[in-house]
Amino acid sequence: MLYREAGQFKTSYAADQQIFPIRQDRIAIGLILAVAALVVPFVASEYWIKAILIPFLIFSLAALGLNILTGYAGQLSLGSAAFMAVGAFAAYNFMGRIEGMPVLLAFIGGGLSAAAVGILFGLPSLRIKGFYLAVATLAAQFFIVWALTKFGWFSMDSSSGVITAQDIVILGFRFDTPVSVYLLVLTIVVVMALLAKNMVRSSVGRAWMAVRDMDVAAEVIGIRIMHTKLLAFAISSFYCGVAGALYAYAYLGTVEPEGFNLDLSFKILFMIIIGGVGSIMGSFLGSAFIVLLPILLDVLIQDFLTGLLPPSISSNLQLMVFGGLIIFFLIVEPHGLARLWQIGKEKLRLWPFPH
Amino acid sequence: MSEQNHNGRRVGEVVLDLQNISLRFGGVKALTDISFNVKEHEIRAIIGPNGAGKSSMLNVINGVYHPQEGRIVFRGEERKKMEPHMAATQGIARTFQNIALFKGMSVLDNIMTGRITKMKCGFLEQALYLGRAQKEELAHREKVEEVIDFLEIQHIRKTPVGRLPYGLQKRVELGRALAAEPSLLLLDEPMAGMNVEEKQDMCRFILDVNDQFGTTIVLIEHDMGVVMDISDRVVVLDYGKKIGDGTPDDVRNNQEVISAYLGVAH
Repeated sequence: MLYREAGQFKTSYAADQQIFPIRQDRIAIGLILAVAALVVPFVASEYWIKAILIPFLIFSLAALGLNILTGYAGQLSLGSAAFMAVGAFAAYNFMGRIEGMPVLLAFIGGGLSAAAVGILFGLPSLRIKGFYLAVATLAAQFFIVWALTKFGWFSMDSSSGVITAQDIVILGFRFDTPVSVYLLVLTIVVVMALLAKNMVRSSVGRAWMAVRDMDVAAEVIGIRIMHTKLLAFAISSFYCGVAGALYAYAYLGTVEPEGFNLDLSFKILFMIIIGGVGSIMGSFLGSAFIVLLPILLDVLIQDFLTGLLPPSISSNLQLMVFGGLIIFFLIVEPHGLARLWQIGKEKLRLWPFPH
Repeated sequence: MSEQNHNGRRVGEVVLDLQNISLRFGGVKALTDISFNVKEHEIRAIIGPNGAGKSSMLNVINGVYHPQEGRIVFRGEERKKMEPHMAATQGIARTFQNIALFKGMSVLDNIMTGRITKMKCGFLEQALYLGRAQKEELAHREKVEEVIDFLEIQHIRKTPVGRLPYGLQKRVELGRALAAEPSLLLLDEPMAGMNVEEKQDMCRFILDVNDQFGTTIVLIEHDMGVVMDISDRVVVLDYGKKIGDGTPDDVRNNQEVISAYLGVAH
């Protein structure tokens, strides 16, 4: 079916304000969700689910969190991994210290703890902007990882701060197969993405974008800047915190504070830059790009180039191509994959008669 | 005897009274001992050469700047500590000299943002987008569509404002201010940089706002033809001091005003 809006007349504001106003978008999203929930569990191999799909979803969630803060509210942050760490360690503590703690509540608790820490480290944003704020969040990154390593209390006195996630059991059902874990992560991510989409299209999202685009005008209109910025920090950190908890519980199983280092923060930042700053879908596209591309390159290099190149080059080739592609993307389309997608859609609306 | 402005609307009581306002930035005196008032439903112009302190005056009125001396009485209440976002809740809206729209957002979203002080739902309700939050969003959309109709910008509703030409951006900014349903509207050079047709349109909108909604308007403008035509009373500033105040005719014949604008022979 062609991507056409023709004939789709909106007769009420409710219809025009829908989450996906174009019918084809609704169908596409429905199909993707149906495939992800009903087809993937049966066709995907265990490797695909455990090593690709689950991390893809978890990183999408973290990127979504950072996108709320950086893409929508305009506050640059380099501390996403640290907020993920807070979420993971808080969830671990809730599970370990409270008898019979439901695991979903522990995830939410992890998110809320990250939100509280996010607000704390968001306070400098009230006075400083841009690069200087990025440096302040960098402090959060180093401080949190240091604190989690230094104080044994956070890891319940395990050796060198390594935590091993407890089993995920919800209402007596044990999530121990990859498929069940995948479906759990998928549900959490889809629900949270939907909530984020609703927020950014309501007045709270408009307040974030107003602060991002022109803070003086935003204040004169009646937006409380402090409240708006801190709310963005809190919600963003909540998303990162839940992503961190999932990272520990659904993906790795065993994590140490050093696993949430600056590299991971940068990785998430690249995701939103490549995917699209200020776009919910961009978070998913960016995460797919960053998670899938290295694997794809690996496969390609191993299949076609082994034997042709000395191993010293082929092992680094992946990094080189990856870096080159990132630079290429930034030059060609600074607004990311989501923007490319949008341009494609606009073209498709008129195709094949562009005038 | 009840006064009428030339729009035919009755001019009422004093709504905003500025008494002996002085504003300094370090050693620079931006405003010195300025007093004037604004009456309900009138169109009040502030004119003066560049650097006279006109924009500073607007910033004092909506709480961006805090004058060191003087009293501000708004609707019978003396103003104490003031933050800019409080002006919005008191019904004061403004536009800016250099367009201050939210560039990444559509026209619709920009104008919706203008109603933000009237939206009551918390972020959790909005995240769920059920019941009250959805109803609120739709009710405000309806109000915003009235503003869009009023300003005749239906065709660009969903366009990002960054892509619009200058004249339309100015109109959208007026729309964003109007969406708040202000009782006092501050316009900082609404017609700067416009061609004659755009100026005529803008004048018509300003007069219509005043007429249909009874909004009190304070505007800064450099086009003397426009000022003399649409305003009821004019304040003239020069070097941060008030040098004239009265009807357009009074001001036009005021010797000090003429000297400030044309210079004097020494």
